Amino acid sequence: MKAVENFLERIHADTLNAFVSIDEKGAARAAAAAGKAIEQGEEDLLQGIPIAVKDNICTKGIRTTCSSNILKNFVPTYDAHVTEMLKRRGAVILGKTNMDEFAMGSTTTTSNIGPTRNPWDASKTPGGSSGGSAAAVAAGLCAAALGSDTGGSVRQPASFCGITGLKPTYGTVSRFGLVAFASSLDQIGPMGRTARDVAVLYDAIRGHDKRDSTSVPREHLPTSLDGLDMHGIRIGVPDVFFSEGLAHDVERAVRHAISVFRELGADIVTVDLPHIRYGVAVYYIIAPAEASSNLARYDGVRYGVRHGDEKDLFDMYCETRAHGFNSEVKRRIMLGTYALSAGYYDAYYRKASQVRTLIIEDFRRAFTHCDIIAGPTAPITAFGLNEMVDDPLSIYLLDIYTIPANLAGLPALSIPCGFGDEGMPVGLQLMAPAFRDNIILGAAMTFQDHTRFHEVKP
Amino acid sequence: MKITQDLVLHVAKLARLKLDPHELEKFKKELSSILEYMDVLHEVNTDGVNPTFHTNSTTNALRDDEVWSSQSKDDALSNAPKLLDGCIVVPRVIE
Amino acid sequence: MTVYDAVIGLEVHAQLLTNSKIFCGCSTAFGMEPNTTTCPVCMGMPGVLPVLNKRVADFGIKLGLALNCTMARENIFARKNYFYPDLPKGYQITQYENPLCSDGYLDIEVDGSKKRVGIRRVHMEEDAGKNIHDEKKPLTYIDFNRACVPLLEIVSEPGMASPDEAVAYLKELRQILVYLDICDGNMEEGSFRCDANVSVRKKGSEKLGTRTELKNMNSFRNVRNALDFEIKRHIRIIDSQQEIVQETLLWNPATGVTQSMRTKEESHDYRYFPDPDLVPVIVDDAWIEGMRKILPELPSEKRTRFIQQYGIPAYDAEVLTQTKALADYFERCVALYPAPKDVSNWIMTEVLRVLKEGHGDIRTLRVAPEMLIDLLKLLQGGTISGLKAKEVFDEMASTGKVAYEIIKERGFEQVSDEEELKRIVRDIIKEYPKEAASYRSGKTQILGFFVGQVMKASKGKANPKLLGGIIKEMLEQ
Repeated sequence: MKAVENFLERIHADTLNAFVSIDEKGAARAAAAAGKAIEQGEEDLLQGIPIAVKDNICTKGIRTTCSSNILKNFVPTYDAHVTEMLKRRGAVILGKTNMDEFAMGSTTTTSNIGPTRNPWDASKTPGGSSGGSAAAVAAGLCAAALGSDTGGSVRQPASFCGITGLKPTYGTVSRFGLVAFASSLDQIGPMGRTARDVAVLYDAIRGHDKRDSTSVPREHLPTSLDGLDMHGIRIGVPDVFFSEGLAHDVERAVRHAISVFRELGADIVTVDLPHIRYGVAVYYIIAPAEASSNLARYDGVRYGVRHGDEKDLFDMYCETRAHGFNSEVKRRIMLGTYALSAGYYDAYYRKASQVRTLIIEDFRRAFTHCDIIAGPTAPITAFGLNEMVDDPLSIYLLDIYTIPANLAGLPALSIPCGFGDEGMPVGLQLMAPAFRDNIILGAAMTFQDHTRFHEVKP
Repeated sequence: MKITQDLVLHVAKLARLKLDPHELEKFKKELSSILEYMDVLHEVNTDGVNPTFHTNSTTNALRDDEVWSSQSKDDALSNAPKLLDGCIVVPRVIE
Repeated sequence: MTVYDAVIGLEVHAQLLTNSKIFCGCSTAFGMEPNTTTCPVCMGMPGVLPVLNKRVADFGIKLGLALNCTMARENIFARKNYFYPDLPKGYQITQYENPLCSDGYLDIEVDGSKKRVGIRRVHMEEDAGKNIHDEKKPLTYIDFNRACVPLLEIVSEPGMASPDEAVAYLKELRQILVYLDICDGNMEEGSFRCDANVSVRKKGSEKLGTRTELKNMNSFRNVRNALDFEIKRHIRIIDSQQEIVQETLLWNPATGVTQSMRTKEESHDYRYFPDPDLVPVIVDDAWIEGMRKILPELPSEKRTRFIQQYGIPAYDAEVLTQTKALADYFERCVALYPAPKDVSNWIMTEVLRVLKEGHGDIRTLRVAPEMLIDLLKLLQGGTISGLKAKEVFDEMASTGKVAYEIIKERGFEQVSDEEELKRIVRDIIKEYPKEAASYRSGKTQILGFFVGQVMKASKGKANPKLLGGIIKEMLEQ
């Protein structure tokens, strides 16, 4: 109760621009209910825990804007599956966090309410697109948060802000109520200070949901919070993750992290992922193609902000979407529309989907030689808010390490593993075969039991 | 792949995006360089490779033919930008 | 003068009789207040997802079996992308590659000659909402109730050569859909919609001419007239050495001409791609066989059986099988009263007449098969005359009373009791001694006079079949 008030006060004083909306009433109500439940002896790890939710996850009665002008007044009449699960467990939803518009970006600078700042250095980006959630966790504005990850949008901001973030196996967390960006890649992921926080949140949100056809009907055992004995665990390190473009300070921290695992008893092996280098090209065809279709519903007819209806219908569509979307969203819609259009489908969308198969096969082969694949989450640490804004392609290339897990539907997480030359956090990425989320969470717990990086606060 | 202004305009029309002259020029350049980068895919031999559209092997996610209660009309229309006589209205559709 | 052949292909959209929509649990009920059978899914709200209604696939498989199709083992759904106010998501979920059913056929009969029309494909898809145009203001209202209602699209090969064949195809297809209980077949309410594509070619030529597409034909008559008009238009254009424009045309039933749809200049580019929100639907043998097991007898099978089993003429079989309910009615009657042709005659004349006169559907007809058969038995047993039986039937249909009750109330009962008849005849002979004598002297044609007098005296109730014999017998005594 008191804790929730403190968090709300901190959020109000926040200068990072981490939140789009704050649900003071809802949070107070949920906190009171949780207080009562605890008094009555209901035990639940999430009871009364203050959580922040990315603004592309629907919250009934609370604005859900995707940090976009086109949805700036949109109030869902339904909860996302994950929102329902959190409420059922007694968690307190504090508010909605800032993001790149429609989750398209890796800087949280394309939001319609302005960029979120990195708690470690306010002149730098928190990463993105779940930058608001990452910054809020790092700055202590919430206990944990939900983000979404289509090409690294949970892991990369977790890396940039020095927290832990998991992109679960595709299909383990229902996408019902997650505003779609690229449906075959999107997955909601938990973000927290530690791997244990993340595991608790993960257990709370996952599970089969009949409303999402891609949700996998299978039994999930609770994730063990004991940590994983690393003896006999084979950690694969692909050369391709340490090639050209990787900053030296990031490489240093990541190599050190891998040596920690070796000292803990893991076997370090080399694995080959020959098609990973095509990941960015594949991703930036498939994701925009799906997005161009997913975002067609923002037409100013049933919801959202409408423009230009004094003229004809065609103008209304074009004006509504011209005013409603920022240039990154437009760029991706254009790219995706092109990739699907007559005469180009085979050369782009189909070709990319075939190379996607080859990437999946790479992982399948690699995981016969190892249990976990480790590498950097991002090639660099957080950069200045105004850097690279005019060069979309070089920003896209920053997703090179995170994209493959989305393309293959694999679980992957990022944990803090050191600091770069400018004192900014570095993230270590761990990946596992599908449905082995528990193994990377366990390894991350063990790592954090033996390191202090996750305890350093901005 | 050379991206012409006409092609950008055609795609923008398909996507129902109005572009100003500045955006038109910018997208022409950016799309050209992005698509040029995509050409690396053509070096991959994909003969006989099945495309992947789903990463999990779930099939037959079906529901029984049961009716749930629909939302109220108020809920259905609560976010509508323009209503008249309890219906969403748009500029006349020419058929 | 060159002789031309028409080449017609048909695309039918059949709205399915499921309880709920194809991708959400909203009701499919027709005629509800606008926007009341909607939810976030069928309204295309942000973040919501489709889940396939199993019964839609069931229905598709049943139709595929009835149309002799090959079933796709792995079904995927695709998105057809285009902007339209009644299309909530900005795309329609449909099947593109690998439709549920393909390569089937449907046999039709026109003027006694049989023909096999190829079925190219049958696929599942969702319907759009409805645009309602304001009469005065330049506005369109949108009702989303129909959005996401399940459809099967049935695409024929361009295998029909005349409007008659096209109509025969549509009638047969519609009858099958109704028999399978998967579509109500109502063309006016739009649950059975038809588009056509038409071209003509010189007789004997293999090369197809330029085709046009026809829309807005909401009755069989409109289909026939529109195709007739369009074929003649094509021939006229070709004969005058001009080019046919490939375009979509609307049939205007009021003026009787087809009109260009003011072609939206942009060529459609629907950017089909597999819908990532839906997973493959695997149709295995068990599923197909399960559907085959519950497949009802189809109209063509039933027609053949009726002819063989009941020995009724082909015409009767066709009339009696127009709906499954009527055919069932016939069979229940025959089971109680094994005189198929008599039953058939009664149904084809009296029952269908009463239904046509506004007593609705055979399923709501107040004369149950048992009641009709009771009437036929009374008729056969001589309790009433054929003329009176029709009157009684009419009253049964409007009141729901049983035949005997009406006969008694109205006093329609025939006098078939011989003693009773003899008594009346005796009185009449006594009354007319002169006429009786003249009969006895050989003027036997006077018998008719006595019959008339007895009928008059009995108020028409004397059983005419018995009467003649009795009068003769008594006059000759």
